Amino acid sequence: MIKMQDLKKDFTVRVKAGRLRRTKRVVPAVDGISLHIDRGEMVGYIGPNGAGKSTTLKMLTGVLMPSSGEVSVCGLAPVPQRTRLALRIGVVFGQRSQLWWDLPLRESFGMLRHIYRVPADEHAARLRRCRSLLDLDEFLDTPVRQLSLGQRMRGELTAALLHGPEVLFLDEPTIGLDVVSKQAVRAFLADLGASGDVTLVLTTHDLADIERLCERLVVIDHGRVVHDGTIEALHARYGSRRSLVADLERPLPEGFSLPGAILTAVEAGRHRATFALESASAGAAVAALVSAVGVRDLSVLEPDIEDVVARLYTSTDVP
Amino acid sequence: MGELRAYRALFGAQARSVLMYRTSFLVELLGNMGATVFDVLTVLVLFRAAPQVGGFTLAEAVLTVGLSSAGFALADMLVGNVDRLKVYVRAGTLDAVLVRPLPALPQLLLMDLPLRKALRVVFGFVVLGGALAINDIDWTPARIALVAVTPLAAAAFFGSIFVISATMAFWWVDSGEIGAAFTYGGRDFTSYPITVYGPWFRGLFAYTLGFAFVAYQPALALLGRTDPLGLPALAGYLSPLVALPAVIIAAGVWRTGIRHYRSTGS
Repeated sequence: MIKMQDLKKDFTVRVKAGRLRRTKRVVPAVDGISLHIDRGEMVGYIGPNGAGKSTTLKMLTGVLMPSSGEVSVCGLAPVPQRTRLALRIGVVFGQRSQLWWDLPLRESFGMLRHIYRVPADEHAARLRRCRSLLDLDEFLDTPVRQLSLGQRMRGELTAALLHGPEVLFLDEPTIGLDVVSKQAVRAFLADLGASGDVTLVLTTHDLADIERLCERLVVIDHGRVVHDGTIEALHARYGSRRSLVADLERPLPEGFSLPGAILTAVEAGRHRATFALESASAGAAVAALVSAVGVRDLSVLEPDIEDVVARLYTSTDVP
Repeated sequence: MGELRAYRALFGAQARSVLMYRTSFLVELLGNMGATVFDVLTVLVLFRAAPQVGGFTLAEAVLTVGLSSAGFALADMLVGNVDRLKVYVRAGTLDAVLVRPLPALPQLLLMDLPLRKALRVVFGFVVLGGALAINDIDWTPARIALVAVTPLAAAAFFGSIFVISATMAFWWVDSGEIGAAFTYGGRDFTSYPITVYGPWFRGLFAYTLGFAFVAYQPALALLGRTDPLGLPALAGYLSPLVALPAVIIAAGVWRTGIRHYRSTGS
């Protein structure tokens, strides 16, 4: 569905060097990305600010011309075949509106039907579905400029789907939304992805979006792919471990060690201990702990993806 | 067919958006006409000082102004707003236009179509009509065709200049008012018989860039006057041939420009 081969985009920046002199500097925003995305996949695209996420998305949607490399979406070359491609993809830019500022949503949707040349019955069926799933009815007749951000985003999503796109690109779809709106958007996208007809590519800074929606996670930094795989694979690769937190019957002896786990913290007068689990199963460690000091209560915590990603962003040299 | 309906929908949205602010629309409509009225008044005032300017009488000069302002007003309403492109380029809002299944330029023009400039067009054609009435024109089929074609060719010519100058924003976000020298400057240039200009200036604007063929030469052909500068009568009929390359160049520049679009962060 989507193919990128050694895709690059350079920007030329003129930097002041003295009173009148300017020096040119070439900044690679996207520096050789190769990815294949199949039909029906849901791919989350993350990376720190300026990593090249949006630039990549813009090259995929035909907004920006790549500096070099190959790219095809739905078998089309995005920039030369931009208008044909536009009929087959949907785009939501979280910070740019597709809607008409002064017109009610209902009219914007009507206009999009003409712009995308969608048969009236198909259009009506899709709109009906979005109206019920995204609760649009209460603000369908309000001019877009008077909508709240959450309402507008629900409108944008609908607008991007009315022509039945094969691929949906979302650039930070949950940015600035409150918790309830975020959940509404995520639930809607999860539902859409579950149907399997739509390929979904989204960029985000909110990792909860990814955990909720995407099987596949692509992390980019400095214009390069630094990880491509599942969230679990990311954890495995960067050594993030589940942790075992136990409230103990008796205080933990000095120099205590547990098979397959590393002690990371001791609190409450040595009555609470936290271990990082090295193996996939917690059973052996728990059994050893119970027999050694007795356990009053315990919990196993999943690794925090935020931590992994934060480490990924700050490390300049990625293994 | 489908595209036509799409364009009509875009136009409809623009019209409805504008009519949401009815009073301000009316004020702008009248205010805009004022600007064109002044252009014509300037020419009238000039002729208060001298009965003939550059070898032309007032009535003949008004014909030149009429042809020029009818064509310019038409181009200004239909294409003039393309100069807002630099705002879109700076803000990155062109993205939204580029992800729709329509060519970008017609979309931009229709999205911002300044209906407030409609009365300017009307006024331009009224001046042209008046000029045709006060001059003693020997009407032949060729001249009738000439009157019909000249404002359209002029509009295409000015429109191309609008597009070319606006497209500079893709390379040079601060392109500012340089383009105005050629758009509004070009209109002012064509409002007078070109005999009033000095030779090198005339050589550049009138013949190299082609502004002479927009209004001056057609006016001569309509009046049946021989060109004091020596071009044959046929030159009056060349405006479509000047407009066509201008349109082709503008389309090429636009196409190149849009591939240089850099958008903005996020």
